[in-house]
Amino acid sequence: MAEADTPAAYLAHAVRSYWLIAALWIRAAMAYPVSFWTMTVGGVLITFLDFVAIWLMFSHIDTYGGFTLREVALLYGVTSIAFRVADMLVGSVEKIGQKVRSGDLDAMMTKPVPVLVQLCADRFELRRLGQIAQGIAVFAWAAPIVDWNPQRLLVLVMTLVSGVLIYFCVFITFSTIQFWTTDASEFANAFTYGGNTIMQYPMTIFPREVVRSLTYLLPLAFVNWYPCLFLLGLTDPYGAPDWFRFASPLAALALVGLTALVWRQGLRRYRSTGS
Amino acid sequence: MSGALHSQLSLYAAIATSSFRRYSTYTAATLAGIFTNSVFGIILSFAYLALWEQNPTAGGYEADQAVTFVWIGQALLMTVALWSGGSTDELAERIRTGDIAVDLYRPVSVLGWYLAADLGRGLYHFTTRGVAPAIVGALLFGLVSPSPAGAAGFLVSVVLAVVVSFAVRFLFAASAFWLLDATGPRVLLSVLTTFFSGLTLPLTLFPDGLRQVALALPFASYIQTPADIWLGRHTGLDMLAAIGLQVVWAVVLLGVCALVLRAATRKVVVQGG
Repeated sequence: MAEADTPAAYLAHAVRSYWLIAALWIRAAMAYPVSFWTMTVGGVLITFLDFVAIWLMFSHIDTYGGFTLREVALLYGVTSIAFRVADMLVGSVEKIGQKVRSGDLDAMMTKPVPVLVQLCADRFELRRLGQIAQGIAVFAWAAPIVDWNPQRLLVLVMTLVSGVLIYFCVFITFSTIQFWTTDASEFANAFTYGGNTIMQYPMTIFPREVVRSLTYLLPLAFVNWYPCLFLLGLTDPYGAPDWFRFASPLAALALVGLTALVWRQGLRRYRSTGS
Repeated sequence: MSGALHSQLSLYAAIATSSFRRYSTYTAATLAGIFTNSVFGIILSFAYLALWEQNPTAGGYEADQAVTFVWIGQALLMTVALWSGGSTDELAERIRTGDIAVDLYRPVSVLGWYLAADLGRGLYHFTTRGVAPAIVGALLFGLVSPSPAGAAGFLVSVVLAVVVSFAVRFLFAASAFWLLDATGPRVLLSVLTTFFSGLTLPLTLFPDGLRQVALALPFASYIQTPADIWLGRHTGLDMLAAIGLQVVWAVVLLGVCALVLRAATRKVVVQGG
């Protein structure tokens, strides 16, 4: 990248390019307002009913894994906001295989913008704002159970930023597999959508091994579980160290490093279909 | 006359077979899908086990039945094309591009053609993405097995589930004749199917009133009805009644499909093709 001499300039160039491309897709979507609004409303309804299901579960029980409905809603809200923001930011990354098959990836390689930025901005979907709003609504409903103070607010902000980064990395890492098998895009869903689904529940309903895996292998427990324990003033039933509650940024940084390696490896592995 | 019928049937069989073959070429996609269905099955199994631990008779199920319900749901969601896909997606696309005009001039019923193709797809998804996750579920959690009558009823119910789901998807796809783009209706349809099929939560756990409505809707045919037959909640005459309701929905909805298609054909001619 000739025009980016320093890392800061490179980053600024990447962000600017991202928004230029994203704005293009927003304008394109707005050309079909009826489609845009039905899909936005539909997306909100699907995620809304997703939470209604949890609410209906509570009509048969009082506590779930030792947690009340509002406490579960807090977990749900935090993971949903982080996941949906990440989902909006990754654009066409989930469809790398399709881009390889169609040859679009070759075209992206010739442009003076990093391929990852182009892929993430490609087909940017503004309608995902609806699902983000649903997550915020559930969080807002649950928020009064937390005894808020500046420290807890700071942890919340830190957690949300880390959560977006963690899901963002999960999307990219597992989509990179499509450089090897172009039509296995659904494999990533188990970790992305599956990850968001599993984090909607209190970890107490899962066996210890599952919670360990979600801490050390795929650190999704840092998206909401450990920080929410802090917000609620609870100690970890599985006896994890107390500092885990503040370790979300560390988990996010570790995952960013790993994702960068995997992505580079995948891109290096890439051979155009045209050959 | 019987010769004509025979050739019609073999034609539909050929359509279904080629549709089955077409889907079977994407092995990596199938394996990835089986993996994902299994992961979701595991997550939901733990979620349900925790619920039934607190309330061992919720919705009239016992814990092992609830877990079996999860895996039946994961097994059937691709078979019935819960989130669309299948031949009706092609129909919507062909309406948008205008290629549907070619289909209308073929000496085969459009409805029959697309239904046969969708049944072929359904059979492929049932034997792969249906059976494989169910085996994973059985190995990890131990599933409730059906009585011989329950197993037979289940298979009949699954075929009817595909037909009902096809007819519903066909109607939503046919909205493209008037709206030109069926994406919006398709999203709204997946809202209905996700919630009212029993995939997110068994319909028997719904509150009074909503439960009765949900059980009477065609979406109950997708997962709830086959699952309840498998689990032995519908036996004897009750099972026949459950299957009967599916038949009623299949016939009514296919009838509406035929009417809509006739109205749409007239519209295509008016447009000048």
